[in-house]
Amino acid sequence: MSWRQDKTLWGLTLGLAALLLLNFVVPDWFRNILTLSLARGSVALGLLVLWRCGLISFGHALYFGFGAYTVGLMSRYLGITDAFLTIACGVVTAGLLAYGLGFLLRQYRGIFFALLNMAFSMILYGVLAKLEELGSTDGISLEATTYLWYAPLGAENKTALFVFAVILTWGVAVLVHLYLRSTLGNMTTAVRENEIRLGYLGYSGERAVHAKYVISGLLGGFGGAIAVLTIGHVDPDSMVYWPVSGDFVFIAILSGTGNVVAPFIGALMYELIRTYAFDQFPGIWQLIMGGTLLAIIMFLPNGLWSLVDRGRSRAGAGALPAEREEG
Amino acid sequence: MSASSRTRFMALTAALAVLLAAGAASAQTVKVAVPTFLTGGGAPTYGVPAKNGVELVVRAINEGTLPAPYNSVGMAGRKVDLVVYDETGGGTKQVTELRNKVQKEGVDVVAGYISSGSCAAIARVAEELQVLTLLSVCGTPRIFEELVKEPKYLFRIINHSTGGNVGAAHYVVRKLRGEVKDGYIGINQNYAWGQDAWRDFNLAMQTLAPELKPANKQQFPKLFSGQYGTEISVLLRAKQKLVHSSFWGGDLEAFIAQGSARGLFKRKRFVLPVGEITANRLGKKFPPGQLARGPYGLYAEGIDTPLNKWFRSEFRKAYKQPPSSPAYHYADSIVAAKYAYDTAMKANGGKFPSTDQVIKALEHATFDILAAKVKMALGKGHQAVTSDRWGYAEWDDAKGEIVVKDVVEFKAECVNPPEGVNAADWVKGGMKGAKCD
Amino acid sequence: MDPELLLIILVDGLVYGSYLFMVAVGLTVICGVQKLLNVTHGALYAFGAYLAATLLILYFRVDWPEYGAFAVMLLAALFLGVVFGLIIERGLLRHLYHEDEHIIVLATFAAFLVLEDVLLLIWGTDPYLAPEPLGLLGSTEIAGLPFDNYSLSMVLLSAVVASVLWYGLNRTQFGKLLLAVIYDRELAQAMGINVNRIFLLTFMLGSFLGALGGAYQAPAISVQPGIGVEVIVLAFAVVVIGGMGSIPGALIGSVIVGVARAFAVHQEPALELFVIYLIMATVLIVRPQGLFAPAKPRTI
Repeated sequence: MSWRQDKTLWGLTLGLAALLLLNFVVPDWFRNILTLSLARGSVALGLLVLWRCGLISFGHALYFGFGAYTVGLMSRYLGITDAFLTIACGVVTAGLLAYGLGFLLRQYRGIFFALLNMAFSMILYGVLAKLEELGSTDGISLEATTYLWYAPLGAENKTALFVFAVILTWGVAVLVHLYLRSTLGNMTTAVRENEIRLGYLGYSGERAVHAKYVISGLLGGFGGAIAVLTIGHVDPDSMVYWPVSGDFVFIAILSGTGNVVAPFIGALMYELIRTYAFDQFPGIWQLIMGGTLLAIIMFLPNGLWSLVDRGRSRAGAGALPAEREEG
Repeated sequence: MSASSRTRFMALTAALAVLLAAGAASAQTVKVAVPTFLTGGGAPTYGVPAKNGVELVVRAINEGTLPAPYNSVGMAGRKVDLVVYDETGGGTKQVTELRNKVQKEGVDVVAGYISSGSCAAIARVAEELQVLTLLSVCGTPRIFEELVKEPKYLFRIINHSTGGNVGAAHYVVRKLRGEVKDGYIGINQNYAWGQDAWRDFNLAMQTLAPELKPANKQQFPKLFSGQYGTEISVLLRAKQKLVHSSFWGGDLEAFIAQGSARGLFKRKRFVLPVGEITANRLGKKFPPGQLARGPYGLYAEGIDTPLNKWFRSEFRKAYKQPPSSPAYHYADSIVAAKYAYDTAMKANGGKFPSTDQVIKALEHATFDILAAKVKMALGKGHQAVTSDRWGYAEWDDAKGEIVVKDVVEFKAECVNPPEGVNAADWVKGGMKGAKCD
Repeated sequence: MDPELLLIILVDGLVYGSYLFMVAVGLTVICGVQKLLNVTHGALYAFGAYLAATLLILYFRVDWPEYGAFAVMLLAALFLGVVFGLIIERGLLRHLYHEDEHIIVLATFAAFLVLEDVLLLIWGTDPYLAPEPLGLLGSTEIAGLPFDNYSLSMVLLSAVVASVLWYGLNRTQFGKLLLAVIYDRELAQAMGINVNRIFLLTFMLGSFLGALGGAYQAPAISVQPGIGVEVIVLAFAVVVIGGMGSIPGALIGSVIVGVARAFAVHQEPALELFVIYLIMATVLIVRPQGLFAPAKPRTI
C-alpha cells in the first residue's frame, strides 16, 4: 500500500496538526491532560503491540516508571534537564531493561506472562520505596526542562513541552504503524493464532515476541519520560505501583486494538472520565471508573475504536485488512 | 460515518464542551480547595476528621461565629466557597488535580495535603500556578529546604516532622533516662515518613543522651501490611525497653491489637509521635503509659484559649467525638488563611486584597491558631514553628475518656532548627542553636 | 544460630504463612477450576472483614457465649460466599467465559474497583475494631516468648481448610466431577457434566474462602478502607509461587514465603519488603508453572 492511501498516516498527521492548533485554544489544565494522554497513550500503544501476539502485561508500569525515574535521576544527580537527552535516555534504559527481561519473558504466554511482568514491577516498586537515594515514597522533583539551548520558563515551558511531546508522539506512532504494517509486524498475529505452526513455517515465535516486548518497553519508557516532564515529579505510588499497570490495560481495553490512533483517544477519554468523576463524585470516583470499564467490556468488547470501524464498514469503506482485529 | 456513530461522536463532543465550560468561578467568594483522603487507608484516621474540622471552621467563618480575633464574617469580607476532594492515588493524580482545580475551577486558596508524597509532588506546581497553598499535615522538611527554596505561594502552618521527633527525644531524656538504660529500638513503616521519623529521633537521641544506644537493626515493615506477628516477636526478644514508632492509622491500631494480645505493651515503653489520633479512637483499649504528642488533639485539652474551647465544644457537638490532631491541622490552615486575608485587607485600607498582599501578610507573621501560636519563622517566612507538647496517654475512668499526663511543653526554638539550617544537618550536627532553657 | 531463635522463626513463619494461605486459598480454588484470576478476591476479603467485624461488635453487646464469635465469623463468610458467588459469577463472569482470559481478569479488576466504593457506601470510612476474640483463647509461651493462641489457631485453620479441600477434591463425587472439568472443560460438558453449575459452586466456594480469610483476620486488624488492595498482590504471589490452582502448592508456597519472611525480619529486616517478590521471581524463572502445577503439553 502506498503512503498516500494509508488512512492511518493521514489521520495521525491530521491529529498532529489539530493538536498543535489546539495549543492556542485550550486552557492550560486541558493541555496538561492532553499531554498526559499522549504519555499514557504511548504505553497503551506498547500494550497494543504486545496484544498483537495475544499477550498482555499487568506490569508495564515497570517501563513507565523506569523511563520516568531515569529522567528524574538525571535531573537530580547529573543536573541534566535537556528534554532530548533525558527522553532518549529514558527510552533507551527502558528498552535495555525490556531486552534483558525479554530473554526470560519470551518463554511465557497467557496469564503467566502477565503476572511475571507484575512481579518485576513490584520488585522495582519495592526498591524505589526503600531507597532514600532514589527519593523513597516521596519521589523526586525535576528542575525546569530545557530544549538544547532553549530554556523557557513558566507557561512558555508548558507550551514548549506540549509541542515537543505532540511531535515526538506523532513520530513514535508513525513508526509503530509502519512496523505493524510490515511482514515482521504481521507475523506476530500468527503467534497468537498458533505458535507451533508458525515454528513449522520457519519463524521463531519467541524471537517475534521478544522484539514486540522490546518495542513495548521502549514505548513504556517513552510514555514515562513524557509523563514525568509533564508532572515535574516522579514517585513510586503513581508511576510504578500495580494499579498504574491496571490503568494502562484499562486504556488499552477502552481503546481497542484496531489502530495506532486508538490508544491516544482511549487515554484522553480515560483522563476525562477520571477528571469528571473526581470532580462530581469525590467519594466514589473508583466506582465510576470501574463501572465504565465494565460497560466497555460488556457492550463494546473491541473498545472505542470499534465504533469507528463499525461506522466505516457501514459507510462501505472497508478497514485496512492488516489492522482488522478478530473479536 | 453512519448516523448512529455520528450521534455518538456529537454526544462526546458535547460532553467535552460541558467539561471545558465548567470553569467560571463566582468572583464574590474566596474559593478554597481542600485535598484530603476521602478513600483508602488514609481516610478514616486522617482524611475524614480533617474534612470535619475544615467544614466546621468554614461554616463558622461564613456565619461570623468564630471567637475573636477571627469573629468577622468571611475572609476579608467574602464568604468561603469550599471544595473538598480526594487525595488518594499518588503524586501524578494530585498534580493533575491541582491544575484542574486552579485553572478549571478558579480556586483562590488550596489548604490541605496529608501525605508528604503529595506535598513533594505539588510543591513546585503550586508555585508555577501562583496559587496560595497552605500545607496542612505532610511532614517532610524537604519542602522548603530542597524543593522550593525561594517560596512565594507555598506555606506550611505546622512544624515539619523533625520537630515532633526531636521533641520525643527531649521528653525521653528528661523523663525516662534512668528507665531505658538498655537503649532503644525502632519500628517504622517502610516509606519516606517512617524513614525520616526514625532518622530524626535517632540522631536527636544520640546528641542528647549519647549513652543510650540504638539496637543494631530496626524494623521497617511495609506500609499497610497489617500483620505484625513476626515484628512483635523481634521486639519482645530485644533487650531495649524503649520503642520508637511513627505508625499511624490502621497499621497502629492493628499493631496495638496484636501486640496487646502478646503482652508487648506491658514490657515495653513506646514513643508514638502520631499516636494521639489512635489514643483518641481506641480510648480504653489504648495501652496505658505510652508517649504521644501534641499540641493538637488530646494535647490541646488543657489549653484555655477561647478559640480552642470553642473548637473543642463545637466539634464534639457536631461529630460526637473530641477533635483529633488532623482536625486541628486542617482547621488551622483555614484559620491561617482567614488571618492572612483579614490582615491584608486592613493593610489595603479595607479593600479586598490581592493574592500578593495576602502573601505579604502571612510571611514572617506570628498569629493565633486554634490551640497554639505559630511563628512563620523558617523557609523565608513560609514554614511555621510551634511548640511541641509530650506526655503519657492514659484512660481516665472518672472522665470516661483518654487523657494525657505529665505533659512537658518544648518551645518552638528548642525542637526546630534555626532559619537557614537544613533540618537533617541540624540534627546530625548536634542541634546547635536550639533554645530549650 | 541459637535453637530458640530458630524455633521462634519457625512459629512466626508458620503464623504468617497460614495468613497467606487463608488469603490465597480462595483465589487458588477459582483459578484452578475456572482458569481465571479473580481480582474481586481482594474485595471479598474486605467484605468478609467488614461484615465479621460489624457482626462481632453486635454479638459482644449481647450476653451470649463468647465462643459463638467463631460461628459468627463463619456465618458471615458463608453468607458472602453465596451472595457474591451469585452476583459476580451469574451476573458478570458467566457472560464473559467466551472472551479472552485477559478480558476476564480485567472485568474482575473493574468489579473490584466498584466493590471498593460499595464498601465505602455501606460502611463509611470509619474503621471497625472487634478485637475481643483475640483475647478469648489466651496465650502460649514458646521459647520464652508469649504467642497469642488466636494467631496460632490460624495455623490449625489453614491445615483444616487444606485437608478438607484435598479430601473433597480427591475422595468425593463432586471432586471427581471437578477434576474432569479442570482437565478438559469441553469434554466434561460433552459427557453431560453441568459445567455451569460446577463453575457457580466453585466460585461460591472460592468467594467463601476469601471472605473467611477476611473474617478471621478481622479481630486482629483495624477494618478500614484499602485493606482489600493490600491482599491482592500477596494472594497473586502465592498463587504464582504454588502453581496456578494447586492447593498443596499454595500451602507449601505460603509456608516457604512465611518462613523466609520471618527469617528476614529477625535477621535482616531490610530484606523484608522483597522476600515475597524475590521468591516469586525465582520460582517463575526456575519452575515457571509454579512449584506444584503439572507442566502442560502444547496443543497444535
